[in-house]
Amino acid sequence: MIEGARWRKWVFFYIPMALFLLFLLFPFYWMVITSFRPDGELYRPWNSVNYNPFWTWKPTWDHVKYLFEETLFADWLWNTTFIALVSTAISLVCGVFAGYALSRLNFPFAGSLGTGIFITYLVPQTLLFIPLAEIIRNYRLGDTPWSLILTYPTFLIPFCTWLMMGYFKAVPKELEECARIDGASRWQAMLYIVIPVAIPGILSAGIFAFTLSWNEFIYALVFLSSPAQKTVPVGVTSELIRGDVFFWGPLMAGALLGSVPVAIAYSFFVEHYVAGLTGSVKG
Amino acid sequence: MAITSVATTGFGEPPPRRRQRIFEDERWLAFALLVPTMVLLGLFIAYPFVRGILLSVTDSRVGVPGDFVGLANFYKIWNDSIFRTSVYNTFLYTGVTTVFKLALGLWLAMLLNRNFRGKAFTRAFILLPFIVPTVLSTFAWKWMFDPTFSVLNWLMFHLGLITSRINWMGDPDLAMISICVVNIWRGVPFFAISLLAGLQTISPELNEAAAIDGAKPWQRFWYITWPLLLPVTMVVVLFSVIQTFADFQIVYVMTGGGPANATHLFATYAYQIGIGTGLLSEGAAISLAMFPILFLVVIIQLLYIRRVEVR
Repeated sequence: MIEGARWRKWVFFYIPMALFLLFLLFPFYWMVITSFRPDGELYRPWNSVNYNPFWTWKPTWDHVKYLFEETLFADWLWNTTFIALVSTAISLVCGVFAGYALSRLNFPFAGSLGTGIFITYLVPQTLLFIPLAEIIRNYRLGDTPWSLILTYPTFLIPFCTWLMMGYFKAVPKELEECARIDGASRWQAMLYIVIPVAIPGILSAGIFAFTLSWNEFIYALVFLSSPAQKTVPVGVTSELIRGDVFFWGPLMAGALLGSVPVAIAYSFFVEHYVAGLTGSVKG
Repeated sequence: MAITSVATTGFGEPPPRRRQRIFEDERWLAFALLVPTMVLLGLFIAYPFVRGILLSVTDSRVGVPGDFVGLANFYKIWNDSIFRTSVYNTFLYTGVTTVFKLALGLWLAMLLNRNFRGKAFTRAFILLPFIVPTVLSTFAWKWMFDPTFSVLNWLMFHLGLITSRINWMGDPDLAMISICVVNIWRGVPFFAISLLAGLQTISPELNEAAAIDGAKPWQRFWYITWPLLLPVTMVVVLFSVIQTFADFQIVYVMTGGGPANATHLFATYAYQIGIGTGLLSEGAAISLAMFPILFLVVIIQLLYIRRVEVR
């Protein structure tokens, strides 16, 4: 696209791109380097002489060890994975069904129901967390994984529904009609014909929902109280800070290890994730 | 039950039971398919919303049901100087970060819209700030902004930009700037990737035709790319505005609302009052105070999407 001299390519492409990458990726580098740095090197004032903050020659596993031996980090990882997987599964089933109904069936109030679901999609968690905390307590769900497994679908289902509607609309009506002529019931036509065609959409919705529930913070912060029940973001926040003292080594190791599962899930499905992301915006 | 019995029936056989014949009626099938969604959304969105409104007109605290007090909570927060600061902060935070996210995101999207080696790889890495749990990445930023051990201070000192340390979280304005930087960092990938998807739908022939007709790069952007990208841009901006306006995590981790309650947003102040000090109804009132603005943005978004669909 850029014509002309070589320097133009540097000025208009390579340098801005490098700066963007530096800005976007440096915090991760900083997370990694801090995780493996001995405490003696970490807590050196920023202006001390002969201090190179960007590298260490004495990498250590101490922080990671501390995380697994002195805290319940392994439990938090398990809790987060379990909650994310189950709430994603619930949301996918609900979202696929609702998306199918809203995009391919004729029934009264279909339009207003669709709009209603779209509006709930835009309701942020911070609007409702105080009354929800009360409701969770009244249902005796407080401090259990179910408090999150049942509430996460409220922001995942609308998104899944919205995304699936787009995919279902693209499946030609004739495909379903052929199956119906061959004697399939509506239910069978949906289950064996339409849903399989929309599998890429289900994957996109699933991977996106998984990252969203892994990322959720305020509900987990408010609904869970005992250390053994916490998710990674909440556990790291509340158990690795004592008063005003931050344990930066374990904190960064926890941040790094807490990001790895979702980064791995993402790396396998980058294309699906991007499709989910852009689909969620365009509808 | 219904699911398993239907699944075992072959295609050719006629549906034997009444239960299945009901699902031949589109309205019944639609109803059955929508029930789980409606139940969950009703229980955990509609009901809490009503409860929130009811809560905000009482004086209940944790463990105390409370009595009806009318709009006293709203009157109280209206006269609360910290609440007023949080309202101001929320608008500032949303406005400033949205402008930067849009500008930087659009720039990055245009950079990514070229063909270069390692494009797929770069795009995958660029999304990382958006994927990684916000709280965890915000801790990395908090560590980078640490008053004593800040790597940014080290860098600026060695570049000769500063002579004494900067206490990033100690000064209200600097703390606000730091929070905005983190939000921009997290949001730019979302803008860039969404706008890139929009850019890719614009036929390159349009640009080429304009170039042949003598349009300068800037004119091509302003008269071709920007108008065609506007629908996607609008939706992305409105989404981002809602998320940023109701943001909680970044401020909670970076400053916790400090120093001296100078960096609170709606959500963090509601948390501090409602959960921190246990004044449930006042916290609910602060949260609900976000509603009119969010509602307005949602309405704009709905109207805009309708208009685009009609066209």
